[in-house]
Amino acid sequence: MVMAVKEKMVVRTDLDSALLVRAYRVMLLARATEDKLASLYRAGMIKGGVFLGKGQEALSTASSIFLQKGDIFGPLIRDQAGRLAFGDTVLDTFRTYLGSVKGPMRGRDGNIHRGRPREGYYAMISHLGALVPVVAGGLYARRLRGETGVVGVTSIGDGGTSTGAFHEGINLAAVEHLPLVVVIANNQYAYSTPNSRQFACADLLDKAAGYGIAGFKCDGTNPVACLETLQLAVQAAREGNGPQMVVATLLRLVGHGEHDDAGYVDAALRQANVGRDCLEVGATQLIGSDLASGEEIAVWTKEAQAQVEAALNIAQREKGPDPAEEDWRAISTERLVDGHHDLEDE
Amino acid sequence: MSVTYLEAIRAAQEKALTDDPRVFIYGQDVGAFGGAFKATKNLAAEFPGRVMDAPLSEDAIVGLAVGAAIEGARPIVEMQFADFSTVGFNQIVNQAATLYYRTEVPCPIVVRLPSGGTLGAGPFHSQSMEAVYAHYPGLVVMTPATVEDAYSMMLEAVAIDDPVIFCEHKLLYYHLKADKLPDSAQPVGKARIARAGRDATVVTYSAMLHESLQAAEDLVEDGWQIEVIDLRTVKPLDTDTILASVARTGRLLVVGEAWPWGGVNAEVISRVATEGFGLLDAAPMRLNARDTPVPYHPDLWAAHRPTASAIAARLRQLLTQ
Ligand SMILES: Cc1ncc(C[n+]2csc(CCOP(=O)(O)OP(=O)(O)O)c2C)c(N)n1
Ligand SMILES: [Mg+2]
Repeated sequence: MVMAVKEKMVVRTDLDSALLVRAYRVMLLARATEDKLASLYRAGMIKGGVFLGKGQEALSTASSIFLQKGDIFGPLIRDQAGRLAFGDTVLDTFRTYLGSVKGPMRGRDGNIHRGRPREGYYAMISHLGALVPVVAGGLYARRLRGETGVVGVTSIGDGGTSTGAFHEGINLAAVEHLPLVVVIANNQYAYSTPNSRQFACADLLDKAAGYGIAGFKCDGTNPVACLETLQLAVQAAREGNGPQMVVATLLRLVGHGEHDDAGYVDAALRQANVGRDCLEVGATQLIGSDLASGEEIAVWTKEAQAQVEAALNIAQREKGPDPAEEDWRAISTERLVDGHHDLEDE
Repeated sequence: MSVTYLEAIRAAQEKALTDDPRVFIYGQDVGAFGGAFKATKNLAAEFPGRVMDAPLSEDAIVGLAVGAAIEGARPIVEMQFADFSTVGFNQIVNQAATLYYRTEVPCPIVVRLPSGGTLGAGPFHSQSMEAVYAHYPGLVVMTPATVEDAYSMMLEAVAIDDPVIFCEHKLLYYHLKADKLPDSAQPVGKARIARAGRDATVVTYSAMLHESLQAAEDLVEDGWQIEVIDLRTVKPLDTDTILASVARTGRLLVVGEAWPWGGVNAEVISRVATEGFGLLDAAPMRLNARDTPVPYHPDLWAAHRPTASAIAARLRQLLTQ
């Protein structure tokens, strides 16, 4: 097995210019969507928490943009951008937060806990790490069915790397030589907990060698670097080289959730390279490579905001679930439903 | 000055740290940040080295507590939400819960579970896990419903030589207030008559105590006097207090927020049916949450768990049977 540790920070790139523009526009759309979610939260219009991925759009977009129909994507908390790049919509995002019956979760689950498993878009549970073996399992089944060239990508934070499920899942995927890409967003904190209380290895990438899998490293604030790195990792997995680990360093530019002011974040980190806003870096890259002008980017931003408003308008008019009409059953086999509900007659 | 349920839990942990050098706290974000709910606010600064942020590893967190307990420490571990204790489940039910039985070495750990549903919390931040843990031999399971009990039971949880699962209800954290912290308490393991009555007995615990008390109040205008029993601990279960109440009222409704299958309610009714069948004037009734994951949407959630009005309606049925 080859250990491919790559450091990619260059602006000059072989990436297709249409891809660069598409990726940037996904990032813009994710940012506009999340800005709106934050203001809805502040206005008390969303029940429960709001957990955003501001600052992680470049990495998240890169995580799924190289996937094709038939691949598997298992996003996590900070993956609004990757979700959109994989085919989720702004409309379904709002539907899920607002609990619309027309959304994929029909009000039963909310916010980031959404997906369409039949379309390869797995729906996370809150328990971190739990999705790693599940995506591995999806890939295992595809292989059993004789499908080739399928890739599964899942993401996780620095904190999530401390779970048993993360370890067991990657080890299992390595033993099974599955085409799994695990993207680790090392944003320096797990809620308030700094990396120094999370792991003792010099670099999370060191873990890849321990599992016997390939590892890549990139600057998570640099869209071109993220795209180049993920392109390599996804391609390596697709070509049958087994699991790939990508570790990106960055900072979340919001609180853990919108309730959190993130006062625990070291001010020096905010000023450092790791605290850069990937949208600003991306704009510089596009302008610097003559792929867009500042005016064009301003227009795209407006278009993204308009798209967000339009989707929100639709979602806000949709109904939430009616408890009286609700099918209160948690298994699909109707004849095996236990059927005991104390509350049924109320 | 008033004190909330959450502040009571914090104050009890502070007192435990002050009084007993064997006590330490371990859990995600419990250090300088003071915990996701602020139940350990300022404790890391007050007790340097004894209130530590843990890696995101519930299995290892509980395992560490068990090892430390073997060596004579009195760890309190915080699960960020009760729901995540499933990841530490093996260490709780197989390591902590069996230690004394197998080796005669007791395991004095406290596992704090921020439990129960709140608005918009959804399937993985809402669970009530008391019945799951009560099912396993070797654990004491506390479910305080009042500020006073949150305080005194937390102190007892630390003092008890056995593993304690401390189910603290998130819905009570900020709203529930008392004038001051108690200086004395009923013994752990004894239920409390929260409201005396003669027509029917409601047995409940945790946040459902308050829904049940409201329902009892609502029935006053119809002339009914409902007795409400707060179990306080679900394991051990104070069967005597329940039977004595049913002997007075002849009617029993058991209310809990957890799922229906094989839970605390089922256990209470089973004991009353087997040990006090002759005391009943009507078939006992129960109210649990519905048998689905806890839904996200507020309207679904409101219909998923028992509410004061659902309890009152069920009581009316019970009283006219
Ligand atoms: C098994 C488990 N334990 C605890 C939590 C509570 N929790 C939610 S997010 C979080 C921090 C996650 O940090 P990290 O993995 O670094 O991701 P980030 O939030 O930084 O993106 C914690 C502790 C959880 N979701 N799952
Ligand atoms: Mg993190």
